[in-house]
Amino acid sequence: MGLLSDPNRRRALIGMLTRLNAPICLVCYMAGVAWFMGLAFEPFTLRTYMSENAMGSTMVEERFPSGEAALATGREFAAHKKKAGGMPVDWLVRTMQSKGLEVFTQRFSRKLPFPDENKERYMVKGYNVYGILRAPRAPRTEALVLSAPCSPGNDNNQAVGLLLGLAQYFRSQIYWAKDIIFLVNEHDLIGMQAWLEGYHHTNTTGMDWSPLQGRGGSIQAALSLELSSDVVTSLDLVLEGLNGQLPNLDLANLFYAFCQKIGVLCTIQGKLPRNDWDTTSGYSHAVQTMMLMVLKQASGRPWGDHGLFLRYHIEAASIKGVNSFRQYKTDATTIGRLMEGMYRKLNNLLERLHQSYFFYLMPSLSRFVSIGYYMPAFGLLAVILLLRALDLWVQLSSPPTITEDDGTEVPSSPGVLSILTPLVISHLTGVALYTLPILSQETAVQHFPVSETEAVVLTAIAIYTAGLALPHNTHRLLSGEGTEQGWKVLKLVAVLYLAVLLGCTALINFSLGFILALTLVPLAAFITPHVPKALSAFLMVVLSPGCTLLFAVFFFQELQETPVSVQEGWMLFLSVISQGILDHALYGSLVYPLVALLVYPCWLLFWNILFWK
Amino acid sequence: MAASRRQRLGLWLVLCTCLLTAAAAVDADNDDVQVSGTGHDNAAGGPTVPPGTGEQGAGRTPETEDRRWEATQEEVEVVVEEVQQAGDQDQDQDQVVDPPSEPPSRDDFKEELVIRPLHSGDIYASFQFRTVWDTDFLGGQKVSHYRLFPKSLGQVITKFSVRELHISFTQGYWRTMQWGQPYLPSPPGAELWVWFQDTVTDVDGTWKELTNVLSGIFCASLNFIDSTNTVQPSASFKPLGIGNVTDHRFLRYATLPREIVCTENLTPWKKLLPCGSKAGLSVLLKSEKLFHSTFHSQAVHVRPVCQDPHCKTTSLELRQTLNVVFDLHTSGQGKREWSLFKMFSRTLTEACPLASSSKVYIDVTDNPQGEQFDLSPATPLLSQAGVLGDRRTYSVYDLTQQATFGPTRSLNTLLRWKSPEGDMLGPLLHSERYVAGYGLQTGEIHTLMYNNHPYRAFPVLLLSTVPWYLRLYIHTLTVTSKGKDNKPSYIHYQPSKDRERPHLLEMLLQLPPNSVTEVTVEFERALLKWTEYTPDPNHGFYVGSSVISALVPSVVAMDTNSTLERPLFNSFFPCKEETSYFMRIYTEPLLVNLPTPDFSMPYNVICLTCTVVAVGYGSLYNLLTRTFQVEEPSPGLAKRIANVIRRMRGVPPL
Repeated sequence: MGLLSDPNRRRALIGMLTRLNAPICLVCYMAGVAWFMGLAFEPFTLRTYMSENAMGSTMVEERFPSGEAALATGREFAAHKKKAGGMPVDWLVRTMQSKGLEVFTQRFSRKLPFPDENKERYMVKGYNVYGILRAPRAPRTEALVLSAPCSPGNDNNQAVGLLLGLAQYFRSQIYWAKDIIFLVNEHDLIGMQAWLEGYHHTNTTGMDWSPLQGRGGSIQAALSLELSSDVVTSLDLVLEGLNGQLPNLDLANLFYAFCQKIGVLCTIQGKLPRNDWDTTSGYSHAVQTMMLMVLKQASGRPWGDHGLFLRYHIEAASIKGVNSFRQYKTDATTIGRLMEGMYRKLNNLLERLHQSYFFYLMPSLSRFVSIGYYMPAFGLLAVILLLRALDLWVQLSSPPTITEDDGTEVPSSPGVLSILTPLVISHLTGVALYTLPILSQETAVQHFPVSETEAVVLTAIAIYTAGLALPHNTHRLLSGEGTEQGWKVLKLVAVLYLAVLLGCTALINFSLGFILALTLVPLAAFITPHVPKALSAFLMVVLSPGCTLLFAVFFFQELQETPVSVQEGWMLFLSVISQGILDHALYGSLVYPLVALLVYPCWLLFWNILFWK
Repeated sequence: MAASRRQRLGLWLVLCTCLLTAAAAVDADNDDVQVSGTGHDNAAGGPTVPPGTGEQGAGRTPETEDRRWEATQEEVEVVVEEVQQAGDQDQDQDQVVDPPSEPPSRDDFKEELVIRPLHSGDIYASFQFRTVWDTDFLGGQKVSHYRLFPKSLGQVITKFSVRELHISFTQGYWRTMQWGQPYLPSPPGAELWVWFQDTVTDVDGTWKELTNVLSGIFCASLNFIDSTNTVQPSASFKPLGIGNVTDHRFLRYATLPREIVCTENLTPWKKLLPCGSKAGLSVLLKSEKLFHSTFHSQAVHVRPVCQDPHCKTTSLELRQTLNVVFDLHTSGQGKREWSLFKMFSRTLTEACPLASSSKVYIDVTDNPQGEQFDLSPATPLLSQAGVLGDRRTYSVYDLTQQATFGPTRSLNTLLRWKSPEGDMLGPLLHSERYVAGYGLQTGEIHTLMYNNHPYRAFPVLLLSTVPWYLRLYIHTLTVTSKGKDNKPSYIHYQPSKDRERPHLLEMLLQLPPNSVTEVTVEFERALLKWTEYTPDPNHGFYVGSSVISALVPSVVAMDTNSTLERPLFNSFFPCKEETSYFMRIYTEPLLVNLPTPDFSMPYNVICLTCTVVAVGYGSLYNLLTRTFQVEEPSPGLAKRIANVIRRMRGVPPL
């Protein structure tokens, strides 16, 4: 500690840090990126293991026999669905009742802020049907949920069939200690949101739903099943939930353990695990898997029906059946046995799943990177901001001795106002970006030949672009001319602001924080009014949050092995923006407000510094 | 047949001799050993009396009485065992057990089993065993002679001056919506409420001791009852026996929602029965079947009752009840067919020889012409009773009559449904309770009460006990029915004290007809001290069931003049209004998660704290204690080297 209190050595240290600031920052950045890329390298990752004793050592037998009957029920469901043109509520209620469940329905309706063109919906009305299997001799305090969506078209009929088949089989067993809720939800996430809000009697998004009549106590875990074919080649596990939340890693371990036991091919991000980690292709496979997870998590949207459970501290995952051209097929009985095994183990839980990790990345289903390993990558990027701030602080505190004869400059050095003005203006632009697209959609539709959705997206882009022109002239209105001191203070504030912002984001959603840091940190580090204007301006726009999103879209498509052309990519980009706004309005995803209200204004501050005169 | 009978008689004689010798050894200074021997001879050699007539009193011998009255508890048990073996071997030996003719106090034992087929296809079996003892514990006289009444319980009641005691152990939740009303409701887990006599000065201390003693008797965790889960309800739990003490200072009520009920609780419960599990209805109580059920509840109720219609003196009544529901799908293999054997894997072969009445009732109200289900063997005996506001008809099997058992000498009642699904009249009152909200800071408890009566409103008393670690915001209490405020006419609220006592909230509410009344109150979750967490803190913490006591309008006018003929399960709660009946329902217990630290990381926490303390405190301490001085500008490198050389040379530095 002598380092800090000894003025000599402190001075030496600070001197070194300011002198070598740029190279240190560069090294940190490189190291951060390298560290991140190293996370996917197998020797650096940990093998997954079951932490929860209640699920680990206990053995369960899987005996589910009636996959064929379940598929037949699924076909019957499909027929009734077609006839009813939506959820066949009466048929489902009757079927569930005949299987000995307590059946309840929930009606919900929701008017979207603007039409969702991807799913072609605007005024949504629907029903959730759920049946509760009451555990014998249990006091209704704990429950597990198994859900299957009632999707339009021919999707997921097999999932509903299997759900009903499992319900019938589970009902005749005596060993259940927790109630099991079998839920068929309409309109995927909207129905799920309505059901969860009804179950917990909260209303966070202004949806209209009828109250639930039956409950099973506190839900301990949930699985969502998606299955669209009679046989599958592999099962894909989806973990990413709302706002980048992930379920406890033990849930993924449980799935993996049962896939291994029963002999089902299992994937994560649609990628099979590989053993050749020491080859380049093996490594790049792992990187791709992990990058897909990072991108999905950063998007902050629920990637399956399970995603909304996580907000209620319910561990949940989606299991999707994939039917590709592989030879080896798995039938419904086997999937049923897999589900049975998982539910029996979850039934054994004495406590909520809490033993294993909540923050992790998975380069394959059998490997994970824990928070302790990936956080340094972000830390290395964030430390750049602190170094720059230190540098600025030193520069700001030392000048008085140098410019002593220039005394007139110092007192007039722009106090609070000159910093406050750009801060306020850029944030007002952010507020406009956040509110105007939805508010002004009607006006836009009247004046331009576009649909509501296009109007919203294009308004957002327009405000975003307009923000570039607006604020960089403001300080001149006040002080006539910007001072050297002025931009430094502003940059100091902006850099610290960005550091806090990214730090908080990374704590909640590492992927989002890291991706933003990757683009915003170099920009924040090296922008001054003295760099070449045109080139820097171009670089800044390229590194702005909006363009980051555009690149992420292309990159994501590339990783999914479905590359798109520039035109398609642009359309995709537009739809991603509209989806982001919708996710915020429908489920309370925080990425859109975060970017609009905080990240974008912060970026505008740097833009302001670039054009400081 | 005759040979085997002789053989069994011989065996019986040998056994009796052995047992009596043993008894004599135990009580050697008692001079009636010889007498009892005579009694035994008498019994063994006596004429065959047809059993189960209820008139067996005629065949008893005074010697037996004397012996039995003088005998200590151990001996009585021996005799009881004898009797059971006698019953097992031969039906002729019943006169041994007959009650004395001019006793200083008389006791009487009745047993019955009610079977109610439920519309869901499940079946509900309710056992009741009642021992009434014409003795006055309350007078304070010392009672040391026990016959049918269990001594262990009697001593407890005397020692702790208990006026009334109600204890129940329940595994599972009664599904009012599918099953209708139970004969005796009970909440999941353990429930204990006791009225002490007004002579007790230190009620809390007595209560503490009593719970510990009962914990031992019933092999349950009742010792976890302490001041943090005990309340004194002011209105919800009135004495069920006679007596005009209504000062709730003498009442203690506690529930343990987490209590698991299993065989270890069943065995001591069965031991309280006069016939144990050897004879009578209690042979059906085999744990492997009782715990392969959907709902299981066992209870003990002790209360003073009137001895005669004039109610000059009181008797002590002990009621042991056991309710069990078997499920259509898990126990019944999906077939709508129930028999005693299928339910209990036993059949009935005899009544308990000590019982003055032993009956099996089967609810056939919905089946007057046999269109819903077949009942075999058929019985001509029918009984009608107004139960829970409804008039019910029962087929009665009197086990004290040999004819009941038929040629196979066993009774295996068989119920076979004809139609697949029946329609049940929904219950008039049912309830629901849940925790709303998410996150670990606040929450909201919702209690919903449904009045399904089409035109009549009725009052209910709602009692909620909430542990102190959920801090109720009582100002957020709202009661709404049909979208309007429903003002409670009586509220008794006792705020909690941290680590000392729970919240108690009692409200008298009027439920409008055909409505849902919702009671909501917000709470904040407390952060416990780290030693206060349970070993499985992430499981959550339980909040016991709320109790709803109601006077519900009856579906049919109740029959008032048949109080004497009424079966036991119907005469339990006092009924003040002819057109209403008393009903008590329990809501679900709640499982609430509290903010829980990660107990697996103390090491990390220690490391982190130490680092923070070291860095923060260390540098601060350093700055505070260091002396600062103005320093000359540091010399250049050349000068420093020169100084080093000069020092080596011993010359003062530059």
